[in-house]
Amino acid sequence: MRLLCETPNLSRRTVLMTGGALFAWAYLPRFARAADNRDPRLIVIVLRGALDGLSTVGPVGDPDYAGLHGDIALSLSGATPALPLDGFFAVNPAMPVFARLFKAGQAAVVHAAATGYRDRSHFDGQDVLESGLPGPGNATTGWLNRAIASLPAGDRIARAGGLAVGPSTPLVIRGAAPVLGWAPQALPTPGDALAERVLDLYNHRDPVLAAALQKGLDADRMAMGDQLDGKTMKPKGGLDNAAGMRQSAQGAARLMAADDGPRIAALAFDGWDTHVNEGGATGRLANLLGGLDGAFDEFEKGLGERWKDTAIVAITEFGRTARINGTVGTDHGTGTVVLLAGGAIKGGRIIADWPGLKPTQLYQQRDLAPTSDVRGVLKGLLADQFGLSAAVLGDKVFPESAAVKPMRDLVA
Amino acid sequence: MAAPVSNSLAPDPALVALNRFGLGAKPDSDLGKIAKDARNYLKAELKQQDIALVSVDERTNAGLLDSTAAIEASMAAAMERKTARDEKAAAAAMQPAAMDKPADPAPSKADANASPNAKAKPAVQPVEADIYRAEAQARFDKALGADAGFVERLVGFWSNHFCVSVAKGQIVRASAGAFEREAIRPFVLGRFADMLLAVEHHPAMLFYLDNQQSIGPDSRAGKRRGRGLNENLAREIMELHTLGVGSGYSQTDVTSFAGMLTGWTMAGREGRLGEPGTFVFNANAHQPGQAVLLGKTYPDGGMGQAEAALNDIAGQPATAQHIATKLARHFIADDPPPAAVARLARVFAKTDGDLRALAVTLIDMPETWSTPLAKLRSPFDYVMALRRAIAASAGNEPQRTLHWLMALGQPLWEPPGPNGFPDSTDAWASAEGMKTRLDIAWQAARQANDIGNPNQMLASLIGPSVSDETRAAISRAESKQQGLALLLMAPEFQRR
Repeated sequence: MRLLCETPNLSRRTVLMTGGALFAWAYLPRFARAADNRDPRLIVIVLRGALDGLSTVGPVGDPDYAGLHGDIALSLSGATPALPLDGFFAVNPAMPVFARLFKAGQAAVVHAAATGYRDRSHFDGQDVLESGLPGPGNATTGWLNRAIASLPAGDRIARAGGLAVGPSTPLVIRGAAPVLGWAPQALPTPGDALAERVLDLYNHRDPVLAAALQKGLDADRMAMGDQLDGKTMKPKGGLDNAAGMRQSAQGAARLMAADDGPRIAALAFDGWDTHVNEGGATGRLANLLGGLDGAFDEFEKGLGERWKDTAIVAITEFGRTARINGTVGTDHGTGTVVLLAGGAIKGGRIIADWPGLKPTQLYQQRDLAPTSDVRGVLKGLLADQFGLSAAVLGDKVFPESAAVKPMRDLVA
Repeated sequence: MAAPVSNSLAPDPALVALNRFGLGAKPDSDLGKIAKDARNYLKAELKQQDIALVSVDERTNAGLLDSTAAIEASMAAAMERKTARDEKAAAAAMQPAAMDKPADPAPSKADANASPNAKAKPAVQPVEADIYRAEAQARFDKALGADAGFVERLVGFWSNHFCVSVAKGQIVRASAGAFEREAIRPFVLGRFADMLLAVEHHPAMLFYLDNQQSIGPDSRAGKRRGRGLNENLAREIMELHTLGVGSGYSQTDVTSFAGMLTGWTMAGREGRLGEPGTFVFNANAHQPGQAVLLGKTYPDGGMGQAEAALNDIAGQPATAQHIATKLARHFIADDPPPAAVARLARVFAKTDGDLRALAVTLIDMPETWSTPLAKLRSPFDYVMALRRAIAASAGNEPQRTLHWLMALGQPLWEPPGPNGFPDSTDAWASAEGMKTRLDIAWQAARQANDIGNPNQMLASLIGPSVSDETRAAISRAESKQQGLALLLMAPEFQRR
């Protein structure tokens, strides 16, 4: 506490912080930044179903790539050429926004990345990815929620809580820290009177439902603010199609742009399990990637001047086989990509210790071998954006992961 | 003995029977009578002849198609759509040439007029959507008409366990309802292995998990066309349908099983392999030779090879444990008592997967009657309970109910992945979910015609164990509609 109180540019908030002395050092970088008016935001997009990293950011310069990925390999030539990022990698042409951000130094790729999970079950893989635990199990809280819970109680970020987008709360942001839920809706709204009465009943009889309903009502009011044209918010389907992805990002950006809005959000997009007719530069995967690209676009537009302090990270439970399967798709694999975007990202870079694609270089002779740990990327973002220490990250946020070092300098 | 008890002790047996096991009370349910003999009330439902089946003799269901007819209709519609697209493309290609002849002074204006007309063309509902709605209506009617609804809950449980998703494509949209009627309903009080075999043979499942495209690399078709395995179905059978994840099978087992399942496919539109839309075994695509699965060698036996493996897997202890855990989680609690899981697993093993015996075991075990009613109803169970409570349903059905389910995050036969919809309170008690329940309760209460006294509805739907707070909130409501909406939102109505 004493050390903190001597930090220059101390805000009143800091003084209100209680019981945080043990962790005090963890927050120094953030407070040091208070001087430059930074107001960092972090958006986590979970791509459920296992994203084919080799069709998202293709190693077009690797001599073995085209042979393995066959008809769906990205290429710099042809009718729909991939968009070159550097001399070796090119991004799927369905992602022009990401390519533009990359060129502007506001997007980056971590390639050949994976969590610590090495089996190929979606549901266990998603559990590990979202819980941040070393292995699958009965996880009930997510690493992003524990990160929020690790911030000082009076902190602006902790106070605003997290934002969960979609009809159900993604595991990654479930837990003790408060979470606001929101999804695009189009149902007639009951009057406040009924809502107040139900809340009153829940407060007496069912605090869990009371908390959930209160958050739902709050989120609805914020997102449906009067500047909003109601028609644009009609649901266009679940979060497994391009329109739904774009729309959910639009609403989330609106909530997060508010001065008292949440600084941390989680979205889950479904549909990446491309076993059959995956497509390459066009087709099923490209359509989904176009939706993800649209989400980046909506966040950039909707966050306005907050964009410069924003980091978005898109993660998936594991990658897919390097070689296409018998049905012009890919089966469950290992290494894949992590996509980073946002004004806060030190972009224009592909961060990869490229393992190569020769049979002996593939993981179990079938998958892109993982050379970066997804947790390292996430830790780096949490450290740079919110000043969480390696100790807190390695113990509380990602338990038993002290050996996985935060990836440094992801944030400009 | 079964006098209503305070909710601080064991729950009211009538609410256990109707809510934990069933789909909720109806206005004419006699809670007092049910409470006196709740176990036999549930067992009586199990004994009704053909209780799990959707009768297509009934007037309202006469239009339901079997999966073969449904898939054939979808294939024909797909051809028609393709022809229409081709014709449109051809017409578009012709247009510039046609417009050259009369030297049109303002072609851009003509274009501007043409495009809104093209958009205004009446949209023809695809036949698959019609079939889906008819099947949805039949599913809802069955749930609304059931007495306690225990059997319909079992249908929902197994349909979610062996789920397909209509988001996969029009073939599944057309056949998802028929799949449930053909592969799930006949077996919910039968043998697990029989259901497993019916499910994995069904075109909807083979299509959903991509097996119709999986080809043995060494089969004739594989050699000729250079195509190969797709492991999706093999993996999900072991991980989700039977043994459960982490139960000891390896990647080698998955690959081997995928090979055994090659050739399990659906006959295509041209009918080369059999009647279009039916299951066929295509020997030309089957990976020849013996195969090893979970340490056991299966000789080359064509379709019988994978059938033998499925029968073996169905009887594995890991399968018994997996099914027992899921059933206990569904019917008792998110963290079910280990003794209850163990008992269900023992019954599964001892009876060779007799699902009627498992249902009776659930009724007989003390844990189902003593555990507090704490699970949040899933969206489907909630919407059905709501519609059962408000007997008369005006409005645009089944679209209204389908829309509600979509808004609540549980669109019918459209789970996010092959593991189905979640089965935990955490997943459904979300901020957004509860807000949407409030919207729906309000909408339903406003649309209900002829609402009785909400206090009397409370007495007949929830009964004497209701909390003082709920009773007071409803009696103080400012309108009948508001009182009914409060009842539909009460913890006693949300939890089961």
